[in-house]
Amino acid sequence: MGASLIGARVERKEDYRFLTGSGQYTDDVALPGQTYAAFVRSPHAHAVIKKIDFQKAKNQEGVLAVYTGADLANAKVGGLPCGWLITDVNGQPMKEPPYPSLAQGKVRHVGERVAVVIAETLAQARDAAELVQVDYEVLPAVVDPKKASSSKPIHDIAPNNTCYVWALGDKAAVDAAFAQAAHVTKLDFVNNRLIPNAIEPRSANAVYSRASQDYTLYVASQNPHVERLLMTAFVLGLPESKVRVVAPDVGGGFGSKIYLYPEDVVVTWASKQLNRAVKWTAERSESFLSDAHGRDHVTTAELALDKDGKFLAMRVKTTANLGAYLSTFSSCIPTILYATLLAGQYTTPVIYCEVTSVFTNTAPVDAYRGAGRPEATYVVERLVETAAREMKLDPVEIRRRNFIRQFPYQTPVALCYDTGNYEATLDAALKMADVGNFNKRKEESAKRGKLRGLGYACYIEACGIAPSNVAGSLGARAGLFEAGEVRVHPTGTVTVFTGSHAHGQGHETTFAQVVADRLGLPMEAVEIVHGDTSKVLFGMGTYGSRSIAVGGTAIVKALDKIVAKGKKIAAHLLEASEADIEYDRGEFRVAGTDKKKMFGEVAFAAYVPHNYPLDKLEPGLNENAFYDPTNFTFPAGSYVCEVEIDRDTGATRVAAFTAVDDFGKIINPMIVEGQVHGGLTQGIGQALTEGCQYDDSGQLLTGSFADYCIPRAGDVPQFQLDTRETPCTHNPLGVKGCGEAGAIGAPAAVMNAITDALGVKDIPMPATAQTIWRSMQKAA
Amino acid sequence: MYAFQYHRPTSSKDAVSLIGKKPEGKYLAGGQSLVQAMKLRLSSPSDLIDLGSVKELSGIKVSAAAVEIGAMTRHAEVAASAEVNKAIPALAALVGMIGDRQVRHMGTLGGSLANNDPAADYPAAVLGLGATVAAGKRKIEADKFFKGLYETALEPGELITSVSFPVPKRAAYMKFKNPASRFAIVGVFVADFGGKVRVAVTGAGPCAFRQADMEKALAAKFAPESVAGIKVKPDGLNNDLHASPEYRAHLITVMAKRAVEAALK
Repeated sequence: MGASLIGARVERKEDYRFLTGSGQYTDDVALPGQTYAAFVRSPHAHAVIKKIDFQKAKNQEGVLAVYTGADLANAKVGGLPCGWLITDVNGQPMKEPPYPSLAQGKVRHVGERVAVVIAETLAQARDAAELVQVDYEVLPAVVDPKKASSSKPIHDIAPNNTCYVWALGDKAAVDAAFAQAAHVTKLDFVNNRLIPNAIEPRSANAVYSRASQDYTLYVASQNPHVERLLMTAFVLGLPESKVRVVAPDVGGGFGSKIYLYPEDVVVTWASKQLNRAVKWTAERSESFLSDAHGRDHVTTAELALDKDGKFLAMRVKTTANLGAYLSTFSSCIPTILYATLLAGQYTTPVIYCEVTSVFTNTAPVDAYRGAGRPEATYVVERLVETAAREMKLDPVEIRRRNFIRQFPYQTPVALCYDTGNYEATLDAALKMADVGNFNKRKEESAKRGKLRGLGYACYIEACGIAPSNVAGSLGARAGLFEAGEVRVHPTGTVTVFTGSHAHGQGHETTFAQVVADRLGLPMEAVEIVHGDTSKVLFGMGTYGSRSIAVGGTAIVKALDKIVAKGKKIAAHLLEASEADIEYDRGEFRVAGTDKKKMFGEVAFAAYVPHNYPLDKLEPGLNENAFYDPTNFTFPAGSYVCEVEIDRDTGATRVAAFTAVDDFGKIINPMIVEGQVHGGLTQGIGQALTEGCQYDDSGQLLTGSFADYCIPRAGDVPQFQLDTRETPCTHNPLGVKGCGEAGAIGAPAAVMNAITDALGVKDIPMPATAQTIWRSMQKAA
Repeated sequence: MYAFQYHRPTSSKDAVSLIGKKPEGKYLAGGQSLVQAMKLRLSSPSDLIDLGSVKELSGIKVSAAAVEIGAMTRHAEVAASAEVNKAIPALAALVGMIGDRQVRHMGTLGGSLANNDPAADYPAAVLGLGATVAAGKRKIEADKFFKGLYETALEPGELITSVSFPVPKRAAYMKFKNPASRFAIVGVFVADFGGKVRVAVTGAGPCAFRQADMEKALAAKFAPESVAGIKVKPDGLNNDLHASPEYRAHLITVMAKRAVEAALK
């Protein structure tokens, strides 16, 4: 073997099938006796269901069944569980209202499922679904999270529509620090609600076998094992051994496919009732209405500084909108994954954050690319930049004065950063962005009637939530390890099974690089298998940029076991002591000699054990490993954004964007760049174009791509990217994760640039042309 | 989508005759609005009379005085036409801004005009150039064609066959796009016929309309400053998520000024 595969720009193994239309997505799975489901959804945000008349629908040609909430209740199908228990400021558990798969007497958001029609064809199902008559008694809707606590409760068990009031940090110390401050910067803002919009809509196709009495569910999911665990243990009351969940090719997730959704439960349950395969694929309109949304915080944030711009304390008060029901991980996003990030890259000694999470008559809100961390970064980086401006300090200088420089660093908000070098990424970004000549560019823009602005964001991210025992003490109801299995075949090729799941990230390439590099095998000798509970031993799936750091490490642990066993076999074959065997690039060698056995020879001996220490060693070469990280990983970076605003129209163009990230060791820079491009684009989308809006009655106003604007390629500049590397100290690959960084850092950088250009303190996201025009009108 | 009968006539005579027998039927041109509405179950025609095989409805004829475009001519063809680009570059440019590449390869002039979406681009050119819409033998002046929100002068079953655009001395179209849909939030088409000036606005009202005060000012002096100071009244202008009437009114002035600048270049 030649050069290391770690750090190589290996082309993606999966792209041939994706680019030639040979991918197999859930909707492509056609099962014998396939039937189709169409859901009847609530047109009201909040209503009592008085009567459901489905007789006419049931009598239509091809219709096999119509089920309502009553059928699920009679069958004792449980509600959807929430995976994280938050304990409130009074030591009480959060309010967990039931989350039924089909509405039980009441609907709580537009798009909630009221009934399902299953028919021989999709057209028959959809036509019949229109004939289901539902009598509603419409109730006033609670839409604005700020008004939720003073509105009538949506759920009986949650007075004031409050799920919990939660806090982190030393309030008294923070208040004392504020009392001593030379300067206080305060901002009130909304972190706008977003709709994820993966290219592939959600889809589920379930089949039941009377012969073996088991279920197979194909589903567009980011974590099939978790889906199976939640569905079997909490909802359907089935043995896990009787349910196989397959998440085949999945076309994007961004968090929205982490969760167990009602549609998945309904098609799985119905497949047994009908003894037929039942498929449902969301129409795009259904995705807008019923995928879990992201963000939606209303925040007041304050930063206390001394006269030199040193941060003394931070105080944050947030109302988080959880929507109508608790989606799988919704409760931990605005708490555990938010408040813990408020130290950012700085030595702020004391921080206090209080979060009130409320129920409203809107779609459930859960993790969306970044999940809590973009919201935290927005708080920190908007405060820091605003403080610098108010104190007439250079925003770069104020950051330098407060950077963490000693590692490990224990923050006042629970996390302990293992490593980092924030100066290094900032210095590189300043140079790459040519900040020194910004004023020249500003003058040039002014000549063309354009306002140019410069903004920074220095973000910190916490990836690979861990360790499980700490997460458990914070309320996690699941482990946060990952599993991997390495199966060496008799001829020395390798199949690797990972509990991580790829839905665009390129695991089949990145993980194969790790394996091929570690074993010294060609890439072609390594296959990565994921996404099938009947093949992969276990898994916690992919979210929170955890795949390489946690899933990759589990594989490395299994590889180490393979090499260790291989050494024993090689020692026997070479008639040497095991201690003398070295493994290097595909060869087991006796140290200091030219005696060696190739990896394939050792594998062959393991499966054809004619000359093998059978008295001491089992045959075969197959190992698995579970890895539970000892800490989060902490990617960080510095972003510099330049915008140009049209004075006449308010339209903003991102003129330049520089991102210098520290993801630790990088396996495949090409794939990492792709991840950063996507993340930055979504971050720019949040800042400039994307904003989910409901009207006062709870109708979704941005329910299609005609009104909800996700950025196109032409809306973003050619990104200038670079990396700096401080390897993670607690995993063997030194990796940190890169999937969410762009979406975390970009919004603050863009908004800092816009407020700089306009000379205003704040402007709401998304900063659409009209929003900016209004701000300019107000100033004029 | 609901079930419908599909027809594919090869002459406009057959098409018109078919629709006469199908009062709940609709012509299918490029299908870029109708098919979406059908997929969303917002439209349920009993019959679709596909005009895709009616060859006589497609094509571009350019003379010194006018550009005549067949109703079924796809946007991409108009945008790429060397003759249109030479005769009325502003028209080719406008068509090149419609929707996206896929839309432009399916969408047609006749379909766009018959639909009369308030934010469509083509009506600005038709009205701005004072074009004549031919529906068979009947000729309808642009000023009489656009009647209101999705409303035109077409009679039930009447079929647009072509549109004749007079060649101006100079013209330009400026569009402020809805970032999501890429339709016009405000689009302004300015055409100077040598002393006679037409200014047509799309996206801002229930349908395209002319801006008389700007026409007068530009007829006196065809220069950006003639319109820069004209404040448009927001009354009656569209109000949606993306733009208030006040913002649209402001954008009309900005886009008109820029269109004049572009026309003079």
